[in-house]
This record gives sequence, structure tokens and C-alpha cells, in this order.
Amino acid sequence: MTGSQDAGAPAVELAGIAIAFTLSDRSTYRAVQGIDLHVAAGEFVAIVGPTGCGKSTLLNAAAGLLQPSAGTVRIFGTQLAGLNRRAGYLFQQDALMPWKTALDNVAVALEPAGVGRGEAKARALDWLGRVGLRGFADRYPHMLSGGQRKRVALAQMLIRDPEILLMDEPFGPLDAQTRQIMGNLLLDLWAADRKAVLFVTHDLEEAIALADRVIVMFAGPAAGLVGEYPVPLARPRDIAEVRLDPEFHAIHRSIWGSLRSEVQRAYAQGEAAP
Amino acid sequence: MNRAVLLALQLLVALAFLLLWHVLTTVPIGGRKLLDPFFFSTPLDVLARTWKDLVGGELWRHLGITLLETVLAFATGATGGILLGFAFARRALLAAVFDPYVKAANALPRVVLAPIFALWFGLGIWSKVALGFTLVFFIVFFNVYQGVREVSPTVLANARMLGMNERQLMRHVYWPAALTWMFSSLHTSVGFALVGAVVGEYLGSAGGLGYKIQQAESVFDVTGVFSGMLVLTVFVILLDAVVTAIENRLLVWRPAPATSTS
Repeated sequence: MTGSQDAGAPAVELAGIAIAFTLSDRSTYRAVQGIDLHVAAGEFVAIVGPTGCGKSTLLNAAAGLLQPSAGTVRIFGTQLAGLNRRAGYLFQQDALMPWKTALDNVAVALEPAGVGRGEAKARALDWLGRVGLRGFADRYPHMLSGGQRKRVALAQMLIRDPEILLMDEPFGPLDAQTRQIMGNLLLDLWAADRKAVLFVTHDLEEAIALADRVIVMFAGPAAGLVGEYPVPLARPRDIAEVRLDPEFHAIHRSIWGSLRSEVQRAYAQGEAAP
Repeated sequence: MNRAVLLALQLLVALAFLLLWHVLTTVPIGGRKLLDPFFFSTPLDVLARTWKDLVGGELWRHLGITLLETVLAFATGATGGILLGFAFARRALLAAVFDPYVKAANALPRVVLAPIFALWFGLGIWSKVALGFTLVFFIVFFNVYQGVREVSPTVLANARMLGMNERQLMRHVYWPAALTWMFSSLHTSVGFALVGAVVGEYLGSAGGLGYKIQQAESVFDVTGVFSGMLVLTVFVILLDAVVTAIENRLLVWRPAPATSTS
């Protein structure tokens, strides 16, 4: 699939994307408008914005789960039609099949590729080991903690070896400590083969700690991008330690400066709205 | 609460009830028995009759007929309900077109169909199976329909992002989801299969527990009626235990309900 003709093209490219929903009263709500962004191959990009600004909507467009009302999505230079087969998606909510054990949930991800059952299970067990859950293979999702379920979901996504990782506030529901552990786990796994990552979060610190580049969105309706900020922090990073780096603070200050005014604007709009 | 204590208390209720029944029907209070044994029988008579029937072997034939009808009614009703439930849930047009007819058919009290089924299928087991089918079918149908339609959108989107095709989605997502809903109604639907069988027998047949009770009633044999009811009750409890065992085995992935005892 990774043909040489698309070697130069970005992994994900959104051009002039607008997404509108038809509401129950038949009026149209424009969630996002005029979005241009790209993720280069091997780049870790985070999108930050206030709650409800359409970050997840954008991610769903990149995944092919949602058809944008205007603009084009290009994946490695090819226009996306239907689902994005080259991407893996990590959801905010629990997305594991509750009727399958941790092992089966990971192994089933190989079935569409036609991998035999025995081999799929062996590879799934290996992946459970990589996310630190080798001993939990026989557990059903309800017997696992929130963090453990996320690890299984991570293994489920990565075992297919997708070229692009799309993540929708994946660690949002977890407590602060677990988030740090999960963040480091994600960076470790990502460092092994550097896939293109588009990571959506409302947590600016998390975005800076993880990403190569942070994209800030302003609040909807008709949300758009405020700006892009490179994060030149050295890798490998430790999520907890990088936050103590003075450079981290400088980056945080500059991004927060533009984000704060957007958050305030969103508040003002909310209060002014009828 | 302690399991043994609970069981003792439960047995105590049964014993108290039997004792009350026994006293009221056999011991004269103020010169007369408060309950006439002709109309109310006595617990000892009922037990003696049941024992006699069990030893005599005749009862087993009736039990066998009722069990066969129940199993057939459940199997056919559940199969039909699953197939149509799936078809309706996956084909919106089909569901929209047939919606009023399904609702109308479900609203019909099924007992009125029993004489028609007796005409169509004769007095043998098939008219009872047909009656049980109409009862079981709708319960399973509605549950499977609901189960398939209410699959978590996140689980579904995730499965699609994993690259599953329609057949794989069916096998790994829709089918287990529908099965959960079907099993949650399993106790009800097995109960209804039995109701169909017994009511069918009661209204016209030559065998089965319903037939036996109806026979006893027609000669004012209250002891026979109560004996038949006792056998039926024990039968239902055993059937329900089997269903629970199957359920526990198949739905092992479900979180256990919070228990206050233990």
C-alpha cells in the first residue's frame, strides 16, 4: 500500500474542510469551516481546543466516518472515499466488544486481514504483553479498569499496523496518574516505528508533552484554526518530566496566550446567545 | 443473610401455608370445617394423588408431551424471531412497511387462535406448538430487533475502523448484541412456550398436563386439579433452573449483578 509515488505527500491532508449538520428543526449547524491542516508521515500532531469546538468532528472526517460537506480529505495524496483503511482509531468511549475477552478483542482485529486464528491469538498475546496486560488475556472488558481497557484498545488498534493513528481524547476519562502512564506508553510504542498521529485533546499540557506540533482551534459554531505551534522539545520524552522543562513552559505560555482569548470568546458567545 | 437461614425461612412459609390449609379443611372449628374438602381438597390428599400418579407412570407420558410441545414451540418461535428480528433491524424499509401489521398481530390475544389452530393442525401436539410459537415469536422478535438496533455506535464504529466487512460485523458485533437481548428475555419466552402448550392442551387435546387438569375439572375432582397444578409448578421451576444454567454459561462476559446476600 505504501507506494513510492506518495512518498512526499502528507499522511493526512484536510483542505478547505467544512462540516455541517442538519438539526431537528431542519436548520443547518455549521460545526467547522475552512479547515486546512496536514500531518506529515511520522509526525505527531495534536489538536487542542475548547470543548465542543468540533475537534472530534474533524477527526471523524479524517477517518472517513463522517462525510465533510465541503473540502477534500487526502490520505498519502489519494482522495479519501469511504472509510480510511490506512488509519487506526482510538475512541474516547469504551469501544471494545464487551462479549470478547481482552485477547479475543485484540485478535479479532487481524481477522479482516485474513490472518488465521492461531496466529492471530499468538500475535494478540504478544501485543497484550507490550501494553503490559499479558496476565489479563482472559478477562472480559468489565473485569478491567478504565486504564486497562484503554491499553487493550491501544493494542487492538496497533496490531493491525495502521500507517496513521487517529485518537479522539483517548485518555480523557482516565485519572491524572493513569493518563501519564498511558501517555508514556503511547510515546514508547510510537517511537518504535513513528506513524503519523493526529491526537485530539482539550488538555494543552498533554498536547505539548506528546506532540511535535500543536494546532489550536477556536470555538464553534463555524469553528476554525487559530494557529499552529511547533514543539521543539527533545525526544524521547517523559510525560511527567518534560513538564518541568523551562522550554515546555515557554511553549505553554505562547500557546495559552492565543487559546485563552478563544476560550473567553467562547464563553462570551455562550452568554450572548439567546 | 445466611443462605441456610434464608432457605429455612422460605420453607417455613410453605409449611405454614400447608398447615393452615390442612387445619381449615380437616379440623372442625366451632362444629364445622371452615373449608369444604370437596371444593378445596386437602394437602395430604393432593400429595397422595400426585405420588400415585408419579408411581403409576401415566403422569410421565403427559409430562413428556407437554415438555415436547414446550421445546418445539420455543425452538421454532425463537428461530423465527431471530431471523425476522435481524432482517427488520438491518432493512429499514422492511421494518417500516410491516410495522403496523407486526403491531396488530402482537396486539391480538393469542388464546383466541387456539381453536383455529386445533382446526388447522388437529388435536395433536402441532396445534399447541403453533400457539406457543405465536407467543414466543413476538418476544424474541422484539428483543432481537431492539438488540441489533441498539448496538453501541462506538463499538460499531470501532469494528468498522478495524476493517470488518458486513459478514464480520454480523458475527462479531450484531449477533452477540442480539443474543444478549434474547437471553435477557429467555425466562419469559420459555415461560410463554409452556403457557402456549398448557393452554392449548386445556382447550382440546388427548394428552399433556393441561389435558389432565381439564379432565379432573370436568368431574369436579379438585384433588386432581391441584395435583396437576403442583406437578406443573415443579416442572416450571426445573425448566427455569435449566434456563438459568444455560444463561450463566453463555453470558459469562456480563458483569455480575450486585448481590446483597452473602
